[in-house]
Amino acid sequence: MDSELITVTIDGKEVKVIPGTTVLEAARTAGIHIPTLCHHDDLCSEALYQQTASTPHQGEHSHQHEESAMLSTPSSCRICLVEVEGLPKLHASCALPIHNAMTVRTTSTAIRHARRDILELMMSEHYGDCFACARNGTCELQKLCADYGVTSERFGRPHEPLFEKAEIGNIIVRDQNKCILCRRCVRMCALYQGVYALTTEGRGDHSRIATFMGKEMKDATCINCGQCINRCPTGALTERDDTDAVWHAIEDPDKMVVIQTAPAPRAAIGEMFGCEPGTPLTFQMNTALKRVGFDKVFDTNFSADLTILEEGSELISRLYKALVLKDNTAALPQFTSCSPGWIKFIEHFYPKYLPNLSSAKSPQQMMGAVLKTYFAEKNGWDPSKIVSVSLMPCTAKKFEAARPEMDASGYRDVDYALTTRELGRMFKQAGIELPKLDKTPFDDPFGTPTGSGVIFGATGGVMEAALRTVFEIVTGEKVESVFDHADIKPVRGFDGVRMAELTISKVGPVPEILSHLVPDFEWLKGATLRVGLAHGTVNAIRVMKDIEEGGPLSQCHFIEFMACPGGCLGGGGQPIPTDREIRAARAKAIYSEDATYVVRKSHENEDVLRIYREFFKEGPCSHKSHELLHTHYKERV
Amino acid sequence: MDPKAVHGFVGNKLSFSEVTPRDGIRMAAEMAPEDVVAIIGASGLRGRGGAGFPTGKKWEFARGQEGSPKYIICNADEGEPGTFKDRLILTDFPELVFAGMAIAGRAVGAEFGILYLRAEYGWLREHLDAALERCRVANTLGNNILGASDFSFDISIRMGSGAYVCGEETALLESLEGRRGDARNRIPFPVQAGYLGKPTVVNNVETLAWVPCIMVKGPSWFAAMGTRKAPGAWLFCVSGDCKRPGIYEYPFGTSLRQILSDVGAENAKAVQVGGASGTCVPPAQFDRTMTPGDLATGGSIIVFGPGQDMFAVAENFQHFFCDESCGQCIPCRLGNQRMLEAIGRMRKDGLTVDGERNVRQLAQTMTVASKCGLGQMSARAFLSILNNFSGELPGHV
Ligand SMILES: Cc1cc2nc3c(=O)[nH]c(=O)nc-3n(C[C@H](O)[C@H](O)[C@H](O)COP(=O)(O)O)c2cc1C
Ligand code: SF4
Ligand code: SF4
Ligand code: SF4
Ligand code: SF4
Ligand code: FES
Repeated sequence: MDSELITVTIDGKEVKVIPGTTVLEAARTAGIHIPTLCHHDDLCSEALYQQTASTPHQGEHSHQHEESAMLSTPSSCRICLVEVEGLPKLHASCALPIHNAMTVRTTSTAIRHARRDILELMMSEHYGDCFACARNGTCELQKLCADYGVTSERFGRPHEPLFEKAEIGNIIVRDQNKCILCRRCVRMCALYQGVYALTTEGRGDHSRIATFMGKEMKDATCINCGQCINRCPTGALTERDDTDAVWHAIEDPDKMVVIQTAPAPRAAIGEMFGCEPGTPLTFQMNTALKRVGFDKVFDTNFSADLTILEEGSELISRLYKALVLKDNTAALPQFTSCSPGWIKFIEHFYPKYLPNLSSAKSPQQMMGAVLKTYFAEKNGWDPSKIVSVSLMPCTAKKFEAARPEMDASGYRDVDYALTTRELGRMFKQAGIELPKLDKTPFDDPFGTPTGSGVIFGATGGVMEAALRTVFEIVTGEKVESVFDHADIKPVRGFDGVRMAELTISKVGPVPEILSHLVPDFEWLKGATLRVGLAHGTVNAIRVMKDIEEGGPLSQCHFIEFMACPGGCLGGGGQPIPTDREIRAARAKAIYSEDATYVVRKSHENEDVLRIYREFFKEGPCSHKSHELLHTHYKERV
Repeated sequence: MDPKAVHGFVGNKLSFSEVTPRDGIRMAAEMAPEDVVAIIGASGLRGRGGAGFPTGKKWEFARGQEGSPKYIICNADEGEPGTFKDRLILTDFPELVFAGMAIAGRAVGAEFGILYLRAEYGWLREHLDAALERCRVANTLGNNILGASDFSFDISIRMGSGAYVCGEETALLESLEGRRGDARNRIPFPVQAGYLGKPTVVNNVETLAWVPCIMVKGPSWFAAMGTRKAPGAWLFCVSGDCKRPGIYEYPFGTSLRQILSDVGAENAKAVQVGGASGTCVPPAQFDRTMTPGDLATGGSIIVFGPGQDMFAVAENFQHFFCDESCGQCIPCRLGNQRMLEAIGRMRKDGLTVDGERNVRQLAQTMTVASKCGLGQMSARAFLSILNNFSGELPGHV
């Protein structure tokens, strides 16, 4: 093996690398930092080989080579230039593969001059005020301009905007005045999400990022996942800012402002305050939320558990209908429905499969619906005075919250969905140093945290939570009898598409709460429950293709889909930057939080059981729960 | 000197008219592929697309590649301002070009060729298709060419997308694969991973047309036409302020002065050699010769007469690059725009010390940092005008 390694000398240091390694990667191993802009670790070929495989489905350009060509870094910003001994000119290290021994310099007067020129050229068409920019402090361009002492003397700066701001599908805000045309957004949307909403248009001085088929930005076929935002090096892409509206509600004495917090932001918000990725700040965040003026702080884990009961019961009743009653309207496999990016994806691209989607609302919407009904009733609050806010790792949650049908109680389930980034900014505006705060528990009555809700934040989490519950309900046994510590490891991990099986060797009696759905479980005895998982919608395409072709995934009973790579912890509303290591650290935080909870199964959550006793008295998937906790979907063009 | 000119003063007499393409193919068919490579190598033939890369070497690299299938692509995108020789060759000698492609296929082990035809030459399509059909009938294309059991080759024609940058071979490949014509990284090179990721030889129309000629008449015939250092002859497209514009065949080593006198442009104020990407030569340098390493050319010679404003010329070229940059890389896309503005300011206000230092630094960055040849060469014309004609700027004494 060793003989295959190639020795390169970078700034006098020798490094041994496998053939094909780029100079950029080799330099990193040697501890030498080379600046980059169009390169992103998630978009280098190695990461992509791991994450993706499949063909685009939109438009003409669907031949296979497309991907392999798009895989290569565009090497278009040229900021990562280096000198290679024996070669004229400068070379982009991010796209320079090592096949022979070479000697490289990463810094010299020529290199520094070229880099500064490149930055000054970028700034010569950049219109934006760093102080008023959502990316102030996390902007890669801003940082490099500071590092290289960029001035506006030589090439000037625009004195007025060159372009109008535009919204992509209402949620994603695009300010082309800050765009450096690095195409990270285009590549992300195509290669991880398979949506191809964005494309590069025009030549020369007319080049710009546009939408597929030249649609208006606002009409772009976009699933609002925000993955493009997370990869944008500058403030050219941001989410719609709802913080002003929330501040306004908080300051209104007439309003009861309630916030629910999803699991994934907790594992990440610390990154905005200088913490290492994977530092959970759940309870410090509760303190901060109270300090900025939220009246109640609830844990979305509660409604995640509620979702599991609804979705799990739906699965059991679908299986019963399909397998026992031979009712072919019960579509299998059942698809999860808690990722709004995935929902919009299937509505656009695979509407034929809408019947397979669980009709259960997502935890965000369930919590909202329960707040303005059960909670309001219980506490004597006027639901019209409740402002329901959610903290989500996700930009698509803004779209979900605004879906017209999400108001079965007569009120909007969720009034404002904030991203982790927006809330982090609110904390900063309030002068809060999050990591230094004391801890505060969640408010009752939805305060019992369970581990099954927490792991919703990672790819595989919904499935694991559902399996824990379905297994125990059906068999009457502890899941620990099959999986140590109830950790269902086969569904964990970061592979783009995964499958797992669980054999039900014995069955127990039907618990009271499900007695309206099935008479007994005998028909499940000896059955093997097959489940699948996919994250990043390009992997959803792989799954859908396999189903269409009658492959192994078509034999699954239940499939979890998450629009974002890594699941919610890699959501489009999470702190920037992101890469595989950061996502893995967040996942670790989430799974270790799960392990610390006493109650780790949705059907053991006391608050959830109480709501079925007190409010949804007919049990999961009953009339009332259907009215408030379930929804429907529609085909979109 | 005996220039063989078209539309010029000597009549339509190019070396190409002396060769029967079929003879070239027959020789290749009867030879081992490596011998074909050796003959082209020995002739000293260099690419006519602009970069002047030795064709034998390119084929040898391609031949040595393991990937398969391999492809031969004829670059007929002819977009360099002031070139129109490929059009003439495709009109008058299409079978010579196809023979060159088949011989290249024989040499490197490719069975499939694509001719990438400039969009504006769409009217040639029918003519070329007819010629292809004739070749198939005559079995100089198709299976078992001229009876050789191990020699099959066919060609299809694909239309270009109307962009100058698509003449750059990696952008051409992107365009052929159905994407935007954006240049690729040049490592790996097309001979290693080209069309559809397979080993690919891209050659210019003229390069390929010379191939059967060399096969038939021998490498020494070809070499003897030029100088020791630069063997062979070349087609030049002469345009601009001259009495006899047209296409001329000259051996390498011919001086610019000679050409100018042949075309009736003795009073030229400047000559742009090599199109927009080339250099502007002032009268003091008219004794320079057409030789790789001196005045390398893509075959374009544009003459500027005494009345021309050279900085208007520079502005024009820069404008061309602003439009024609594929737009992906910063030094080229934005560098050309800022350069254009700087020339405009210079023409209005004259040259300051700072201004000159800035444009030279910018030109340097565009040259060393751009991703492809377009950006790397887009400051050349302006720099040579700045070096030789700065006296024309206002305020200069
Ligand atoms: C901007 C740009 C435009 C080019 N346009 C052409 C062209 O129109 N025709 C051509 O044959 N080569 C063109 N080339 C050169 C090709 O990239 C390539 O070197 C050539 O086709 C190789 O063929 P040859 O070795 O026979 O010269 C261009 C290069 C650049 C950088
Ligand atoms: S994008 Fe970056 S450089 Fe531009 S205004 Fe925002 S922070 Fe500043
Ligand atoms: S939000 Fe998602 S689907 Fe929309 S453009 Fe961005 S990456 Fe593509
Ligand atoms: S919007 Fe952002 S990611 Fe997309 S090209 Fe512009 S700067 Fe790059
Ligand atoms: S140098 Fe110009 S044409 Fe070439 S890749 Fe860069 S932007 Fe495109
Ligand atoms: S980071 Fe290498 S060219 Fe952009």
